[in-house]
Amino acid sequence: MSQARLAPGVTPGRLTPEELALNFVDVAPPLDPHEARVAADRCYFCHDAPCITACPTSIDIPLFIRQIATGTPDAAAMTIFHANILGGMCARVCPTENLCEGSCVRMDAEGQPVEIGALQRYATDGLMAKPGHPFRRAEPTGKRIAVVGAGPAGLAAAHRLAAKGHDVVIFEARPKPGGLNEYGIASYKAVDGFAQAEVDWLMGIGGIEFRHDQRLGRDITLNGLRGEYDAVFLGMGLGGVNALRTDGEDRQHVSDAVAFIRDLRQADDLTALPVGRDVVVIGGGMTAVDAAVQSKLLGAENVTIVYRRDQSQMSASSHEQEHATSSGVRIICNAAPVAVHGNGSVVEVEFAYTQDGPDGLKLTEERFRLKADQLFRAIGQRLEDAPDGITLEGGKIAVDDYGRTSLDGVWAGGDCASGGDDLTVTAVAEGRDAAEDIDATLTGRPVEIPG
Amino acid sequence: MADLRTNFVGIKSPNPFWLASAPPTDKEVNVRRAFQAGWGGVVWKTLGSEGPPVVNVNGPRYGVVYGADRRVLGINNIELITDRPLEVNLREIKSVKRDYPDRALIISLMVPCDEDSWRDILARIEDTGADGVELNFGCPHGMAERGMGSAVGQVPEYIEMVTRWVKQYSRMPCIVKLTPNITDVRKPAEAAMRGGADAVSLINTVNSITSVDLDLFAPQPTIDGKGSHGGYCGPAVKPIALNMVAEIARNPETRGLPISGIGGITTWRDAAEFMALGAGSVQVCTAAMTYGFKVVQEMISGLRDYLDSHEMEMSDLIGRAVPNVTDWQYLNLNYVTKAVIDQDACIKCGRCYAACEDTSHQAIAMNPGRVFEVVEEECVACNLCIDVCPVEDCITMRELEIGELDKRTGEKRREYANWTTHPNNPMAKAAE
Repeated sequence: MSQARLAPGVTPGRLTPEELALNFVDVAPPLDPHEARVAADRCYFCHDAPCITACPTSIDIPLFIRQIATGTPDAAAMTIFHANILGGMCARVCPTENLCEGSCVRMDAEGQPVEIGALQRYATDGLMAKPGHPFRRAEPTGKRIAVVGAGPAGLAAAHRLAAKGHDVVIFEARPKPGGLNEYGIASYKAVDGFAQAEVDWLMGIGGIEFRHDQRLGRDITLNGLRGEYDAVFLGMGLGGVNALRTDGEDRQHVSDAVAFIRDLRQADDLTALPVGRDVVVIGGGMTAVDAAVQSKLLGAENVTIVYRRDQSQMSASSHEQEHATSSGVRIICNAAPVAVHGNGSVVEVEFAYTQDGPDGLKLTEERFRLKADQLFRAIGQRLEDAPDGITLEGGKIAVDDYGRTSLDGVWAGGDCASGGDDLTVTAVAEGRDAAEDIDATLTGRPVEIPG
Repeated sequence: MADLRTNFVGIKSPNPFWLASAPPTDKEVNVRRAFQAGWGGVVWKTLGSEGPPVVNVNGPRYGVVYGADRRVLGINNIELITDRPLEVNLREIKSVKRDYPDRALIISLMVPCDEDSWRDILARIEDTGADGVELNFGCPHGMAERGMGSAVGQVPEYIEMVTRWVKQYSRMPCIVKLTPNITDVRKPAEAAMRGGADAVSLINTVNSITSVDLDLFAPQPTIDGKGSHGGYCGPAVKPIALNMVAEIARNPETRGLPISGIGGITTWRDAAEFMALGAGSVQVCTAAMTYGFKVVQEMISGLRDYLDSHEMEMSDLIGRAVPNVTDWQYLNLNYVTKAVIDQDACIKCGRCYAACEDTSHQAIAMNPGRVFEVVEEECVACNLCIDVCPVEDCITMRELEIGELDKRTGEKRREYANWTTHPNNPMAKAAE
């Protein structure tokens, strides 16, 4: 093993450019036309299909698969996009084993679902590669709507509002649009700049203006937007990261997994990106897995995920967990950090085994230490800088079924809003449905929500 | 172990599986490979008269119909009879038969509809050692336009006449191959019998256009922008063939006339079905063209396995289902069944529900949790739910006992009665 690979501390260049390129290829390569036909043939075209029910955006999955099977993948893509304009990204990042594929009747029949995610990618990739944008805008309404946040919820809302003839301005705190699609998921899930390409394609509908580096509360205010626009949609996600509240958390090389994932996604040169030799990730969700696997792929020798509850309670899907373990990541469950040891930088993390009981999680006296020169926190995010006067629920913006907040003319959706899982596909559904309600409110037209 | 040795109108073969007259039997090299693979016999691809052979198109000869995953369900062809010189075919037939004396080798023939032509060709094949002849009165394309093939097979008088010539000028067993492109297949079979045929074989291919090229707006296979109808074969035509075999097998006029069954036989099971309807041998083409000659090995082991497990000999199987083929009017109208869904086997796809609710009798209820249940008050036992269910044996039909209440009609099941005595039948005879 090379000297660079075994270097102690958090250093760049553990692997050669060739090794890195190989490690960060597309984790699930696209189907070719033959593979797509074979996969599509397996769909039973179920009545009132369980996969549709399981999809937060209610994509008519049997219909789009039949359209693939009959040689019209572009029509399949339109079926998908009508329900979910970010169907391309969802095909890549959805935990399908918990959603559509998990409910596929083929699971009962053979334990092997129809490859819905891969088929969705096949259809959407094909249409998105064609020139132009397939949706056309309705007649202008003269209404102007502000969307805060260019993540999945904001983009889905903006597209649908633009399609209905409204003019939309998106205010995004970061330099680039895309939200977690651009900054918050492992790079091997959306290779070749897909997140930006998807946003560019989506904006192709017209009528959407993008303003970057506009943070709510810093550069813009909700009251200002309410005064200037006919409606406001809040979809700024969760900007804050939960702390461990553990002794020694302030030591060097203790950081947020989301920041690591973001830096990795934005890096032009992965050989320049530092990573530890012994990496510990604390948490049990998709962010923990993405950070751990990518640490391994960058060349970390030992990567361990430590989760405080039982493995069955990890929010990362079993598919994600398997991906982690097959990538060489060790998963330790039922243990919580009690101290971060080191002299300046982290050297070891001390854990206590936990016990789940009627009174909640309790630390036991059983302790162990893991060698660590880098420690990532991945124990959840929280809403930061909620606008004044808006009602919160469980730390998030309270919304009803239509995404309406407690303030007149203000809707919200995505991770910053209450209800629903914090998934891309859920954010898309919430953005879309809020847009329908905004349109209905402003114009009196009927709500059209597919599914 | 069941003995598969076959003696069909004096033609002996180690098993009943023959290759039909078609491209796979056009040349010595093919036929030798077939015999090496285990085929019991071949019907050599149709020979024509002496002289310049026919020519084939130089573009595509086949069109196809696919099922899921490009599974070949049917092929149509516009190939003609052999396009190789007569003497070459005769030399090769002789050579192969010499090396495979235990296999059946039948020569298919198609010459113009005059006595001299038939006498001449029969004289030419006399010393090949072949076991019999099959008269190709079936090919629906190309040759029919020249007064041969199905043009003969569609006129019972011609069939009788030519068959008589063949029996007059040859001592070989004579099998008459019938075309399905007629209204009543019993008529040509009766004509063949009157002419002295030893057997009939059926079906030849079905007139067809398999598909239309939606860019060229021409039938497929397309030859320079045009297409003509071809002959359809393969699994898709099996139901047509089974019916025609059964019609001849149960016709009093042709009862006992040996039948060589042809039409979409792909597995041992297909072959066994033809045999149950009266076929004493079976002929295969499309399965071999799709999968190669080795498929015969599955047919042999499968048929043997079936016969052994049912403690039957082949003679017990042949014709066994013929007495059970009847006319609709004799079906028991008091036979009542109801669909039953095995909830443990159900995968909850809902296809039975969609089929029944949308297109049938609204006899399946969709209950919370995607639990599908039969509504016996509505179920007419049409079988569509079973047909569309992807899980074998998940839905079955339960026969009501005599005296048991049919919830749909509110009447108790009664003893056998058919349409001939039914009160709604204006032609009904009084029940005896």
